[in-house]
Amino acid sequence: MTVDQIIRWFQSLSGSGEQAWMFLAAVVITGLPLFLVLATNAIVAVYVERKVSAFMQDRIGPMGQGAGFHAGKWGLLQTVADALKLLLKEDVIPSAADRKLFVLAPYIIFLAPFLAIAAIPFNQVLQVSDLNIGVFYVLAMGSFGVIGLILAGWASDNKWSLYGAMRSAAQIVSYEIPAGLSIIAVVMLVGSLNLQQIIEFQTGTRWGFLPNWVVFHNPFSFLAFFIYFISSVAEVNRTPFDIPEAESELVAGFHTEYSGMRWALFFLSEYANMLIVTAVAVIVFLGGWTSPIPGLFATAGWGLFWFLFKIGILILVMMWFRWTFPRLRVDQLMHVCWKVFIPLAMLNIFGVGVWALGVG
Amino acid sequence: MGIVHGEEMVLNIGPQHPSTHGVLRLHVQTDGEVVSHIEPVIGYLHRCFEKHCEHLTYEQVIPYTDRCDYIASMNNNFGYVVAMEEFLGIQVPERVEYIRVIMAELNRIASHLIALGTYGLDVGAFTPFLYMFRDRERILDLFELTCGARLLYNYMWVGGLSHDLPVGFVDACYRFLDDFEPNLKEYHDLLMYNKIFIERTADVGVLPAEVAIQYGVTGPNLRGSGVQWDLRKNEPYSIYDRFDFDIPVGTGQMGSVGDCWDRYWVRAQEMAESVKIIRQALQDLPAEGNVHEALPRKVRAPKGSIYKRTESPRGDLGYYIISDGKGTPFRVKMRSPAFTALSVLSEIASGWMISDVIAILGSLDIVLGEIDR
Repeated sequence: MTVDQIIRWFQSLSGSGEQAWMFLAAVVITGLPLFLVLATNAIVAVYVERKVSAFMQDRIGPMGQGAGFHAGKWGLLQTVADALKLLLKEDVIPSAADRKLFVLAPYIIFLAPFLAIAAIPFNQVLQVSDLNIGVFYVLAMGSFGVIGLILAGWASDNKWSLYGAMRSAAQIVSYEIPAGLSIIAVVMLVGSLNLQQIIEFQTGTRWGFLPNWVVFHNPFSFLAFFIYFISSVAEVNRTPFDIPEAESELVAGFHTEYSGMRWALFFLSEYANMLIVTAVAVIVFLGGWTSPIPGLFATAGWGLFWFLFKIGILILVMMWFRWTFPRLRVDQLMHVCWKVFIPLAMLNIFGVGVWALGVG
Repeated sequence: MGIVHGEEMVLNIGPQHPSTHGVLRLHVQTDGEVVSHIEPVIGYLHRCFEKHCEHLTYEQVIPYTDRCDYIASMNNNFGYVVAMEEFLGIQVPERVEYIRVIMAELNRIASHLIALGTYGLDVGAFTPFLYMFRDRERILDLFELTCGARLLYNYMWVGGLSHDLPVGFVDACYRFLDDFEPNLKEYHDLLMYNKIFIERTADVGVLPAEVAIQYGVTGPNLRGSGVQWDLRKNEPYSIYDRFDFDIPVGTGQMGSVGDCWDRYWVRAQEMAESVKIIRQALQDLPAEGNVHEALPRKVRAPKGSIYKRTESPRGDLGYYIISDGKGTPFRVKMRSPAFTALSVLSEIASGWMISDVIAILGSLDIVLGEIDR
């Protein structure tokens, strides 16, 4: 179900060559569901986050109570109510802010995960664009959101925002390196940048009982998974790496001055980014849509389920981190990245290479 | 910070900021993330406590002391009534003394729970805060049971108490202590011995003992610097000389003596010591006694003055009361432990990063109600 397939289908229907309307229609047909996926993801993830944090903190979280509709049973409509409230709120732009950049920034931030999700394979067939450089594309798109963060921080003309923006620039740019390096190790193993081919490499079994996922392939790829996962937590600014928006220090970091719908876009993109980085982790290390029980539940429908299930588990782990750990300091964060993760990731590439040559 | 030097930026932390523990403003000079100079600006919560006292009778001062350190109101009451009773030469009944100690120590636990929980917030951990508030809630329930109030008690009166213990208090208190003690270990495993927490607090904001003494820092902050000074032991007031408890002092377990971690650790240990004191007090609590027995009909202090200090959860809490023989005090001066703790901030936090300044400020456990008065 890629864009190209839809265009070809249009061509066969009308009997003419590729035309502009076909391209536009195909992009809309494939793009709208993606937008819905990201929006639904945010709504569900915010609800889950509220409930998970509540259960971890010995609370019950949002609950609908009393007569009337309120927030629905078990507070299921809480996020919907929040979203409606944010839509109706006054849109405040500080008078000292750089108006154009201030308005532009949230869209850039949201655009990044939206572009990245286009190349994500949800199962064997559900994929908007099956690029031959899929991994590279997703990583590249995922990382250009940092431009939006810097714009937001700079345009707000607020010292807290500026601090947040500078911190996030340093942090996200740094943590992309170990994340990228640990994926390079896998790319060496597979011999392809295509996401579907990376997943197909992981079908079958390992030692007879384990699924043939990259994470179980050899000790180095096992380590690579952890380096990638922790780096990706840092890339999406989640605790313990949430220093760009450290509430107790920087009030709200780069989005201090944002309110209403613009602020909601930051929130939406935070959860969208979580979806993207965990999706990459699942595709590259945890076998994407392959079933954890090799040979069973291997249809396309189950593929979608397994893919979302694995993503859900990883997102839950991120939430678990957030509600357990304190926050690192900015220099400690850099220390972990440059002095621990990058050398380890480099070593990993070497190790995977030697393993691939020696053990196979 | 290398060779490159830009302009220094002035950053206003507060008075409206998530981690200034009240309405404190920090005038911070920063070079990038590094803080070169800090100037605390106080007075946003000034309520003329001391001036008010000159127009109130001696008993009417007590509710005002509640509002100074609103996290540990019982201890504030305690200091004032102990001073007044010594001034007037009142001997209070045994039962009153025991109840006062139980209340003061319960309030100490509640205060330290807030200090440690909000410190978790300052370094970014959200969950311990709610766990600790859960236990504090039970202490407040005990207070509510006793005197109806949950925050500002006006419980200890000159010569007695406002209410006797209600029926079932002792059992409820035992139940709380039995539940609370195992929880302490959980909190410490969750936060105090967390690797990231240790990284953030060990060796950060070291307060050497000499500096602490020069600035008049007292309480857990001074004990964190390794000085064994606790008025409950060194200058026992009320009946503290009857109890068996230890005074934990910082030893530099994770870094150097007097760092943020030591101050945190001292507070954590003090909670366990308070539990010990409460258990002993509940054991020896006289069954009989009228808490209103020694209440004077009208408090009229003789000409002269008195200075009495007690150990509040924040340190030496002193009341200096001058009387000219009339029905109202001529002057009441409160020696605030949080004020001296805040005054040492610029000394120990300059040169650290913004995140550390927040961590150091949190580790001093200040209460603005008491600083501004």
